[in-house]
Amino acid sequence: METQHLDIELRLDRPDDFYEALVDMHRGLDEAQSRLVNAKLILLLSNQVGDLAVLREAMAVAREDVLGPDSETELPPQP
Amino acid sequence: MVQARENPVYPYRRSPDQDGEQPAHHPVIVVGAGPIGLSAAIDLALHDVDNVLLDEDDTVSIGSRAICFAKRTLEIFDRLGCGQRMVDKGVTWNLGRVFFRENEVYRFDLLPEAGHQRPAFINLQQYFVEEYLVDRARALEGTEVRWKNRVTAVEPGESAVHLTVETPDGPYAMTCDYLIVADGARSPVRHMLGFKSEGQVFQDRFLIADVVMKADFPPERWFWFDPPFHEGQSTLLHRQSENVWRIDFQLGWDADPEEEKRPERVIPRIRAMLGEDAEFELEWVSVYTFQCRRMESFRPLPRVFFAGDAAHQVSPFGARGANSGIQDTDNLVWKLAAVLGGRAPESLLASYDAERIPAADENILNSTRSTDFISPKGEVSRSFRDATLMLAERYPFARRLVNSGRLSVPSVLSGSPLNTPDRDPFGGRMVPGAPCADAPVRLAGGPDWLLNHLGGEFTGVYFLGAEPGMPKADGEALDALERGGIPIRWVFVGQGGDEGGQVLVDAEGLAHERYDARAGTFYLIRPDQHVAARWRGVERDAVVEALTRATGGVAVASTPRRAGDGNATSRHRAASRPAG
Ligand SMILES: Cc1cc2nc3c(=O)[nH]c(=O)nc-3n(C[C@H](O)[C@H](O)[C@H](O)COP(=O)(O)OP(=O)(O)OC[C@H]3O[C@@H](n4cnc5c(N)ncnc54)[C@H](O)[C@@H]3O)c2cc1C
Repeated sequence: METQHLDIELRLDRPDDFYEALVDMHRGLDEAQSRLVNAKLILLLSNQVGDLAVLREAMAVAREDVLGPDSETELPPQP
Repeated sequence: MVQARENPVYPYRRSPDQDGEQPAHHPVIVVGAGPIGLSAAIDLALHDVDNVLLDEDDTVSIGSRAICFAKRTLEIFDRLGCGQRMVDKGVTWNLGRVFFRENEVYRFDLLPEAGHQRPAFINLQQYFVEEYLVDRARALEGTEVRWKNRVTAVEPGESAVHLTVETPDGPYAMTCDYLIVADGARSPVRHMLGFKSEGQVFQDRFLIADVVMKADFPPERWFWFDPPFHEGQSTLLHRQSENVWRIDFQLGWDADPEEEKRPERVIPRIRAMLGEDAEFELEWVSVYTFQCRRMESFRPLPRVFFAGDAAHQVSPFGARGANSGIQDTDNLVWKLAAVLGGRAPESLLASYDAERIPAADENILNSTRSTDFISPKGEVSRSFRDATLMLAERYPFARRLVNSGRLSVPSVLSGSPLNTPDRDPFGGRMVPGAPCADAPVRLAGGPDWLLNHLGGEFTGVYFLGAEPGMPKADGEALDALERGGIPIRWVFVGQGGDEGGQVLVDAEGLAHERYDARAGTFYLIRPDQHVAARWRGVERDAVVEALTRATGGVAVASTPRRAGDGNATSRHRAASRPAG
């Protein structure tokens, strides 16, 4: 998907360290706890990003391909 | 066990309309004496529109229904002449607190600034609100409430609407120019006419208990997510008048509504919350599911208008039900009065949909979001909800995401065709379409409020700033407008020390501040206290054009209006003009 607001080039300064930290964040947690930690992380990072246009695009990209190759990747229309 | 309050009973009285050869005709008939129909009938009478209000019952609201009445509703009640009685009887509150498990995570002040006559909210049982509205209606000549009058058939005709009304003495017929349908969420009239109200039902159940007890919780809205006394669900506590407390317990979709209503089930829930030795009596208990829905059009036929729950429905978190319905009639009545009085073309009536449909959508959107937060669908939504609450305890950013109800505020009619877009630069919130902000003023040496002087009819508010009078050109423009028979009431707001005259003295400067006004600023205010247009000075043609637009006419510059149109209401006295 084409993005206008979301930066899809690498911005992480230490990618491997980041990835390891992300996985480690869930160590010792059961599924429900992990879901909660993920949710908190998303909320914290979303607030850091701030810009709803970027966030909406990130959400659409996140959904991309999840429902299978031919399915709609766009988010449902805004109310 | 459950000791319901005794409501007043209004006896059925036979009307001469029941004995006529021909069906009697009334300019407006209102169906349903709930808060919305009653407000409509009173407002119509104040606008000199004779009307009849029909209700199938003979009393006020029974059981646990609306309690939170918003600032804007109180301002409308002030205009209708019964606001003070409501405020005196109600419990005033501005503060909401949200708890998660054992801790307070967030509090909000709904009226963080001083200088308003009315508070953010009062809590007052719907039965008191209706009783006071009935008393107000009965004191007016132009309206007649007919109890035990059930509308059983409606036939919309070309030139009139025909009604059949069932009474203890049998049926009779009537006709009207315009019908206001305020017969509640089930709206029999909507069904009779074949219209629908569509939306979604939320898969959750709520136990609503009204409890009589002496307790010393402060007058605030307390909302708990997942409290220790009601694990996994939410609870809401509100103080009402006369030591009645409203407690809402979320029950979940699987709860059995009949079982949950039994005092043997309810009392332990309340004891768990208030303590084992709490002393209380149940006044009323019911179990509700909530929905958000609306009709496609609130004027589905040229002579038929729907208002209140008949037109749209929301969940009560946010108190947007009755509060928005009263804004419906506030919006509709002056338009009907203007059209019936020949002061506006019928096209003005189309603006009811144009203004109130977006307002209903705003309320439905807010209500849906709150309900989704309170009753998350599925485990992931619930994780986000709990994550938000956990973060909110410690981190300020997350507090703004907590949604236990976004409480009713009036809609800004920003997309309305009746608005004249700004030509001059303005800051602040009083954009065309906005409901007017209040401000403290002084009149003839005594304290007063700006809103008491706006509305009822078109009002022109001229700000003098610190100047003693107005520039010659502005005075001439006002003279020209008056000579043209323009039905505008003038209000002058100054900052000078003249405490004797008709000028409203803005001693604290808040009126000027809230309207971003300086000497020469001029606002045209609609009869429902919404801003129609504003300028940095008065120009006759611009005002005429804005007024024409605001009354549904095609705005053409320099269209003089018919002389002798008079004022919409005779209740208001025009202020004499300060000499320049
Ligand atoms: C638990 C709960 C809490 C709420 N809390 C709030 C709150 O805090 N704030 C808020 O603003 N709103 C609240 N609401 C919503 C509020 O109660 C409604 O929005 C409000 O009652 C709608 O008023 P209405 O006049 O449109 O309809 P109703 O109050 O339902 O009145 C309709 C009237 O029409 C009459 N009628 C029906 N059919 C006919 C007929 N065929 N002929 C003649 N008459 C007829 C009925 O007798 C009735 O008197 C709450 C609702 C619930 C259930």
